[in-house]
Amino acid sequence: MAETALTNREKSPAQTAGWKGIAADWSSDQRAFKNVSWGKAMMWIFLLSDTFIFSCFLLSYMTARMSTTVPWPNPSEVFALEIAGQHIPLILIAIMTFILISSSGTMAMAVNFGYRRDRVKTAVLMLVTAALGATFVGMQAFEWTKLIMEGVRPWENPWGAAQFGSSFFMITGFHGTHVTFGVIFLVAIARKVWRGDFDHGRRGFFTSRKGNYEIVEIMGLYWHFVDLVWVFIFAFFYLW
Amino acid sequence: MTEAALQLEGRRQQLHAHVPDAAVSGAVHVEGQQHPIKLYLVVWGWLFVLSTFSYLVDYFGLQGYLRWSLILLFMVLKAGLIVAVFMHMAWERLALSYAILLPPVLVLVFVAIMVFESEYTHLIRVLSFAAPT
Repeated sequence: MAETALTNREKSPAQTAGWKGIAADWSSDQRAFKNVSWGKAMMWIFLLSDTFIFSCFLLSYMTARMSTTVPWPNPSEVFALEIAGQHIPLILIAIMTFILISSSGTMAMAVNFGYRRDRVKTAVLMLVTAALGATFVGMQAFEWTKLIMEGVRPWENPWGAAQFGSSFFMITGFHGTHVTFGVIFLVAIARKVWRGDFDHGRRGFFTSRKGNYEIVEIMGLYWHFVDLVWVFIFAFFYLW
Repeated sequence: MTEAALQLEGRRQQLHAHVPDAAVSGAVHVEGQQHPIKLYLVVWGWLFVLSTFSYLVDYFGLQGYLRWSLILLFMVLKAGLIVAVFMHMAWERLALSYAILLPPVLVLVFVAIMVFESEYTHLIRVLSFAAPT
């Protein structure tokens, strides 16, 4: 009984589809999210709240940039790199974008192999995802170091509007923190998968409940969200 | 596509044979989100292409409304692919999709408010602090 309450994924024939389905699902005395376990629903709701946090950061950046009378530094130039004597604009950020997208791809496949109960492939793909995430954070550390050496501070920078520094450190710092936490949890869950916890019904250390491969998908939701936020940061902060 | 589905079916039957207790509890009958790996690889490819496009917008130095609309277009397409396929929102019931996807749309109201606010602030700054030239 307790186990069925945890995995509420079965589809009953009485469920209606489309618009009427929304009203039916949200009606009283039943759970609203039919084919979704509580773990997945809570992750989605957490991600929704995180969306608002990042929205507020990007909004405050927009407000600062629109209201300042001082010219905004050109991100294309600020984040340019000299590679083999060539001056390439924004190249570091482009590489970071590709790395994060690749990590999302490996994560999506890890989820898939998890549901096929292929624990070795799942664990390996999760570890690859974690490695790509760690690479991303490493490149971000490099980027921060470079900018700080060039004199960027939250209150000033050599190129223009002072708010550039505060927006940059706040937004990329918060995103980098999310990536870092994601890497830690990826490694932790990859370890459980590798050990076969979800095949043998081993009880969790913290909850003392039996886990299942759905936790890989829930972890994946968080990881894809981190990638999703980067899509918006890339567009609004670096490209705009 | 159908081949992959057939393979999946085969794998599932193997699973039933290997994990009888899980099959009894109903966990294997309704394995959540099952899609062919090819789908993820295709989406991955598209995300690479779209990211390259948005990088090229900057590389070729497009400016003005063309630049902004292209950036927004590629951004929305990438976000849509990630949410719909990688996060499996395309296969969830509408009750969940709307509960999660509609509230962020209201952020646009906040954006509109702050656009008015910052234009006002900018105007006041220009009027009051403009350097005498």
